[in-house]
Amino acid sequence: MAKHRGRGVATINYPIGMNLGGDPSQALVHSNPDGKFGVALSSIDLGQGMKSVTRQIAAETLGVPVEDVYVDTADSDTGPHCMGSFASRGTHRVGNAVIAAAKEARAVMLEAAAEELEVNPEDLETDGKGNIHVKGAPSRSISTGAACAAAQFKQGRTVSGRGIFLIPLSDVDPDTGEMTPVSCFAHAALVVEVEVDDETGELSVVEMNSAYELGRALNPKLVEQQLVGGAWMGLSHAAFETTEPYYPEREHGPVDYNGYPMPGPGDIAPHNISVLERPAPDGPYGGKGPGEMCANPVLPAVANAVFNAVGIRVDTLPITPERILRGLKAQGGARPQARR
Amino acid sequence: MARKPIQFRLNGKDEAVFVEEGQNLLDALRRQVGDTSPKYGCGQGTCGACTVLVDGEPRLSCLMLAESAEGASIETTAGLAGAELHPLQRAFLDGFAAQCGYCTSGMLMSAKALLDRNPSPTREQVVDAISGNICRCTGYEPIIDAILDAAARGAGRRSA
Ligand code: FES
Ligand code: FES
Repeated sequence: MAKHRGRGVATINYPIGMNLGGDPSQALVHSNPDGKFGVALSSIDLGQGMKSVTRQIAAETLGVPVEDVYVDTADSDTGPHCMGSFASRGTHRVGNAVIAAAKEARAVMLEAAAEELEVNPEDLETDGKGNIHVKGAPSRSISTGAACAAAQFKQGRTVSGRGIFLIPLSDVDPDTGEMTPVSCFAHAALVVEVEVDDETGELSVVEMNSAYELGRALNPKLVEQQLVGGAWMGLSHAAFETTEPYYPEREHGPVDYNGYPMPGPGDIAPHNISVLERPAPDGPYGGKGPGEMCANPVLPAVANAVFNAVGIRVDTLPITPERILRGLKAQGGARPQARR
Repeated sequence: MARKPIQFRLNGKDEAVFVEEGQNLLDALRRQVGDTSPKYGCGQGTCGACTVLVDGEPRLSCLMLAESAEGASIETTAGLAGAELHPLQRAFLDGFAAQCGYCTSGMLMSAKALLDRNPSPTREQVVDAISGNICRCTGYEPIIDAILDAAARGAGRRSA
């Protein structure tokens, strides 16, 4: 009886968003008279950072400090339509919609400022710190707050903008089956080192090393957070989580955390991540977003590592000690493969 | 149902509320007192989201009868920050140790209980202290790092 080390690799080509009847998201941006901007979305933040990243995108496009932007995703009754926070689509689809809306609002803000400064709007630029000035003449300037107040109280304009980003439905060619369901792919490769105990069937992850290509990392700390947490979820799906553990009958499935195992803080392995930034041509400021891809490569990599360690192919998830032991029994013991 | 008056200290202030027989402390804190910082995750003692400190000890408030808090001194996340954030809160913020945030309150209280009795824990001791707290989002690593970071910033000594 022994513990066997094994190494497995997986690579993925991950489509951003989906194409079931078209994939749109909308954004509405407007200023208040004090020059603060509201961004209305129905794209819910589950903790993945939707609000932070759309706030950055809006501020960058409007040319105002990030502190001057408030993102409201609170009300899907009154907010503009969004397909939702899933399919790893948030940063890409919603981010593009926010850019479109913020551009429209920015154009009105510059028109209002131009009227106050008695210049052409084309001659103006923002400094990103809350000021609008004449290109090449920073002293001829007006604050974004003053421009928005003038629009509201003197000029009778709404400093606002509408945005939508749509990946239209791609029809299937009836002859070839060809279609273009998505415009944007992210990529990942992950190597995992595991240890398998051939007496107990226990599987433990020793180390993970991964590389993710996800366009520009619009908020590098959020990206890192997603990748670390997402890999844990992948590991959890690979080796622990199931709603139908041992019984054919659904009623015997777990109904609470007592029967639904997940790895705890003592089960995590060191994970070294490198993020490769290749800005996406159709992404907001080049971003694609990590999304579900964080979890995906872990599952096949672990399955491959188990094969490498003891020579059995477990083709049902999760890879529990029971399944490993059954495989070992059928095979007549561990057959470690060549180390890769 | 019979209602019973109880008194306890919550984050250094006296509280007196009527609780129902069989009502748990989590429910009493959230509904009678209005302190919603302890979270309801599972209601059966398996997730740790409801962790509070009772006389300095971490307790799952969903499993504790409110009546048995009579005379106790209770600490919740709502009482952690003074004029400034508690070093643990600061470290969680700086270390991106929360995503959805649902586990955060329980994690902070489990961590505070640890640092109060052991200001410079090892990584294993941190893991052990939060092993009853489930986090669905972060993969635990940033939380463990944040607690170690808070310890290095003297969080334990400050609150001891
Ligand atoms: S709510 Fe108390 S442990 Fe989950
Ligand atoms: S941050 Fe979501 S459960 Fe921990």
